[in-house]
Amino acid sequence: MALQVENLTLYYQTLRGDVHALENATFTIADGEIMGLAGESGCGKTTLGHGLILLVPPMKYVTGQVTLDGEPLPIWDTDKMDAFRFSRISIIPQYAMNAMNPIRKIGKMIEELLTAKKVDYQAVLPELKRRLELVKLPPEVLKMYPIELSGGMKQRMVMVISSLLDPSLLIADEITSALDVASQKAVAEMLVEFRDQGCCKSAMVITHDISILYQIADSILIMYAGQLAEKATTTTIIHAPRHPYTQLLISSLPEIGVKYTDRRLSGIPGKPPLLLDPPTGCRFKARCPVAFEKCNEVPPLIEVEPGHFIACWKETERHA
Amino acid sequence: MLKLENVSKTYKVGTFGGKELHAVNGVSFTVQDGEVAALIGESGSGKSTIGKMILRLISITSGTISLNGVDIAPLRGTALKEYYRKVQGIFQDPFSSYNPIFKADRIFQIVHDEFYPQVDAGEWQQKVEKTLRDVGLNPEHVLNKYPHQLSGGQLQRFLIARALLLDIEFLVADEIISMLDASTRIDVLNLLAELKKRGLSILFITHDLSLANYISERAVILYHGCVMEMGITEKIFAAPLHPYTQMLMASVPRLDQKWEAATTSVEQETQPLTELRGCVYYGRCPIAVKSCASEQPPLVEVSPDHLVACPYARRPD
Repeated sequence: MALQVENLTLYYQTLRGDVHALENATFTIADGEIMGLAGESGCGKTTLGHGLILLVPPMKYVTGQVTLDGEPLPIWDTDKMDAFRFSRISIIPQYAMNAMNPIRKIGKMIEELLTAKKVDYQAVLPELKRRLELVKLPPEVLKMYPIELSGGMKQRMVMVISSLLDPSLLIADEITSALDVASQKAVAEMLVEFRDQGCCKSAMVITHDISILYQIADSILIMYAGQLAEKATTTTIIHAPRHPYTQLLISSLPEIGVKYTDRRLSGIPGKPPLLLDPPTGCRFKARCPVAFEKCNEVPPLIEVEPGHFIACWKETERHA
Repeated sequence: MLKLENVSKTYKVGTFGGKELHAVNGVSFTVQDGEVAALIGESGSGKSTIGKMILRLISITSGTISLNGVDIAPLRGTALKEYYRKVQGIFQDPFSSYNPIFKADRIFQIVHDEFYPQVDAGEWQQKVEKTLRDVGLNPEHVLNKYPHQLSGGQLQRFLIARALLLDIEFLVADEIISMLDASTRIDVLNLLAELKKRGLSILFITHDLSLANYISERAVILYHGCVMEMGITEKIFAAPLHPYTQMLMASVPRLDQKWEAATTSVEQETQPLTELRGCVYYGRCPIAVKSCASEQPPLVEVSPDHLVACPYARRPD
């Protein structure tokens, strides 16, 4: 198991109290697995991704264990995490377009980054050039400033930098969101290529775009309002989802063949709850078409089939 | 009916403005009354530039844009204000469309003061509430709130309601749902489709092909400011002819089939296009021949209401 997360709970401290952004998350990512993490904005997916690598205020660690390659990950200790960051666990940030130092040439910036991690730039250079080729960037980009590259090229450049030290877990936060369809496809495929070539052992792809995950992820974890809803293989989530939220979410996606005049899609009525004072029990109950009294208690995440986890009382009853 | 004829937009670039960047190059198309036309393209294709020219936010370098036969470029003063009574735009980021220090419903007050000062306040309030209900909002929940207290979907509907209060004929919708969540975006899209029934024409600017197909009757595919393919949406989506359209269609992440292994062409050039020679897609085109580099292919009608700018375009076997 590359990554094991148990009962991880993360809050945000605010003047008006704690925001319950992530509650009791338990899941694993296997070696070589690309896990997609999907949900609406504010569901806690970015909190989970960032909490694993840079847990700084106002984010607050509450409970839970994280294990990376069998070794406990001290995510609550920012200093101790230094030993893991970039080398063992790395992130391609959401703001990849602006992630690079604008007043350094890209090569120089990478050199400084590696020196900080006590790695020799010259030794890594051949591998760096090979990876640039992998993402179809000419080696000359190392002598350029970030402003000289287009958005898609910057995105690919940051991908190369983030995975340069072969991390065990690469967190990709919304890497395709700001890109055009063609670049989107290229970047997504490059991520798979990186995994296949061992540039990262496993990856966690955070996105709101489920159709991208269908193309590249091995498994998908669906979150809603800080709680895990369902985790299963990609095929199961797309073609046979069991959690009511996943079902509604999947059915609201416009597909390329669908026209308004033929089949009218519908969204999910209502909106996600505020996490400052979250409702008790299942947080989806207010929008859920099958909610009943039991939903006032928090549903446990149960494994209904090998590798298929659901947190819904309807499923718990069915398997009781 | 909104008509674009040979519209171009050129920017001066380079240290002394010696070079020209052709953001939009000779684009012509028509949007009929009560029709949704999708303007599809990647970033840098000039799709937003066209939207802004229609809204008179930037000037037109050459060519004409006309609404119901009236050229919009010379409009000034009251005539321009009358134009904005008929044509309005909604943009991608609903949060930056509002002034955060005022309440969100101030936008309705401004419409009242500017365009309908003769209507009395009580009557206007009723009209606002009715329009809000039309766009699927509950006035009690959304009025008297600041922008940060409302969700992106609600703010975007506010902007649609504002446009409806003006009784507009033409709406420029520039990537209006790309920042919304999956569970709410489809409702905003359905709302747009319903506005069509009121005889409203919509220019739906997007880079998402599945959304374009869902809502539009006519589609225009742009690349580097030039029209690559245009016509009836069904025809283009059922059988894309231009190699660029085909590449786009193959790149769309779908839920019913996986991407084919064929690699996507990504941009290699690090300089923007400043020279206009030959086909703009030449550098990335898999079927390009030598003459493509020097001759700009004309837009040719291959079947009724389906035009393609590529002499070698054919259906893939």
